[in-house]
Amino acid sequence: MTSLFEASFEPWDAERASEIIAEHSVREGATLVILHALQEAFGYVPEPAIPMVASALNLSRAEIYGVFTFYHDFRKEPAGRHVLKLCRAEACQAAGGDALAARAEAKLGVALGHTTPDERVTLEPIYCLGLCACAPSAMLDGRVVGRLDEARLDALVAEAQR
Amino acid sequence: MTIRLFIPRDAGAIAVGADDVASALEQAAVKRGMTIEIVRTGSRGLYWLEPMVEVATPKGRTAFGPVTTGDANSLLDAIVTGAQHPLQLGLTDEIPWLKRQTRLTFIRCGVVDPRSIEDYRAHGGYKGFERALSLTSDEILADVTASGLRGRGGAGFPTGIKWKTVAQANADRKYIVCNADEGDSGTFADRMIMEGDPFVVIEGMTIAGITVGATKGYIYIRSEYPHAVEAMNAAITAAKRAGFLGTRIGGSAHDFDLEVRVGAGAYVCGEETSLLESLEGRRGLVRAKPPLPAHKGLFGKPTVINNVLSFAAIPFILAGGAKAYADFGMGRSRGTMPIQLAGNIRYGGLFETAFGVTLGELVDDIGGGTFTGRPVRAVQVGGPLGAYFPRALFDTPFDYEAFAARDGLIGHGGIVVFDDSVDMMKQARFAMEFCAIESCGKCTPCRIGSTRGVETIDRIRRGERVAENLAVVEDLCNTMKFGSLCALGGFTPYPVMSALKHFREDFGPAPTRLQAAE
Repeated sequence: MTSLFEASFEPWDAERASEIIAEHSVREGATLVILHALQEAFGYVPEPAIPMVASALNLSRAEIYGVFTFYHDFRKEPAGRHVLKLCRAEACQAAGGDALAARAEAKLGVALGHTTPDERVTLEPIYCLGLCACAPSAMLDGRVVGRLDEARLDALVAEAQR
Repeated sequence: MTIRLFIPRDAGAIAVGADDVASALEQAAVKRGMTIEIVRTGSRGLYWLEPMVEVATPKGRTAFGPVTTGDANSLLDAIVTGAQHPLQLGLTDEIPWLKRQTRLTFIRCGVVDPRSIEDYRAHGGYKGFERALSLTSDEILADVTASGLRGRGGAGFPTGIKWKTVAQANADRKYIVCNADEGDSGTFADRMIMEGDPFVVIEGMTIAGITVGATKGYIYIRSEYPHAVEAMNAAITAAKRAGFLGTRIGGSAHDFDLEVRVGAGAYVCGEETSLLESLEGRRGLVRAKPPLPAHKGLFGKPTVINNVLSFAAIPFILAGGAKAYADFGMGRSRGTMPIQLAGNIRYGGLFETAFGVTLGELVDDIGGGTFTGRPVRAVQVGGPLGAYFPRALFDTPFDYEAFAARDGLIGHGGIVVFDDSVDMMKQARFAMEFCAIESCGKCTPCRIGSTRGVETIDRIRRGERVAENLAVVEDLCNTMKFGSLCALGGFTPYPVMSALKHFREDFGPAPTRLQAAE
């Protein structure tokens, strides 16, 4: 299952970006599809890609930049080697998620929304993974984990730090 | 003889180890030279029993749960010898929590292989579609209207009327859009059905397409649901291969095609007009209504936009079940609602039942109270925009109008339970904070009101002019409720005001009640 989500990203390459953009630009309302595809390839949406998308879709740079910045998912810069997302929504709050989030922050030495200085782990909040009946939940590089307690969280943090 | 096992591939089951259990069972079987076949199904929705393993027997499926990898050997022993096992739950269909439900929409979820269209058809799939092909558009609309189905996304708008509006619109192109941007905390029914019975969503959308004359549909799934995206894509491929999507579907004169689009982490895109903007490739800014999406929707064309559960209810209704569907429920809330029990709850999961069950029955009786064993203090119904209910209102029946009469909403049917350690002012602050984070920014009451709300609640916590600032919070809520363009700003006052109204004692400098409870 993990292989499905395991991330390995290519270095920025304008030619490769053009290919990705060309592959999707014929689709209706293609902007998000293209941004997703770019991020999937490079791990983030490199700035030089923005004007390329704009010209392929015959839209202004501002429009593409506006879309890029509106959505929480799109990254301006690469994330850490591992991304640990902790659900911070109500169902997980009710099940002890606040204390676990604080614990993860303390263990990693960074606040939610930040990457550790060694660039190993990016810790992020997420608002609902739909695992609310087995809360609190988290996602490590696309792998979902439920019924978190201190021990399971610690194991997850240790795995992310490896 | 090959032993058939059923293990969910539902994200909720995987999150608690279903994949590991499946491979442990496989390995244990290989070691003993046993032949087993593992079918990865959806979840039955009894999450405290996940990972749940079911075994096919002549009497029906029997269940075991919650299974861990360490149980693999003893489980195989029990299956082969028929001996007792500490995790055995008996016949799955006889498990009381499942038996007392009325599963119409979720009847196949956890039963069928979600990757197999043959399995779907063997369990009654595409019967509604086949009957729809023999009916006129007006006859289908009459069935949908007669069922009393209302939009399951939360707004509760009659589905029949929405479809009729689009059917009557004149346009060169029309669209069917499925709102699978299930962002409300405490809800997971859309995710479960997409992962466990994706073809029912496809069939419902296809019926909508032939009814209103649309040939293209989109399913907009949030990016937080990678398993659902994968399941829907696989199902669409299978349906295309079987001739149920594409041109001349099911041998008819109709064309209908579907495509999955993935969101990008914006809660507001669950609002239908924001979702349409996002599908068009723009910022998810809410549109002013009118025009309604039924008149000018996706790319300015007439569009049916419904929630996953609304589409998923359609095949049963069209398979001759319109009256049977309408016979369930109370008042103007007809049929069944897949209710989701979540948060700090002992028996959390998916409970589909007729409208009319009371909140108290759901939380105390069916849900078994809290997981922590402490008293239930508050429940939030309907996601981040839903009201907090105290125990005093537990007699409220699950019904659109009954909840509205008590300043709440059932929304998408999620119930999040909190025990007595909850700080309700913190929850009110979170509602404002969440609105501030997720506001699309188009209208001022939502964009600025939510930020001012957080600041004001912080002042109350610091003990600054508490009475005056409470009045400011109420005033802000009024402005947001009546001045916002959509439900994000318009409904954020529900959790805030309900917390204030029912849990006033928490609104002050320090949570004294909590310190006393320690």
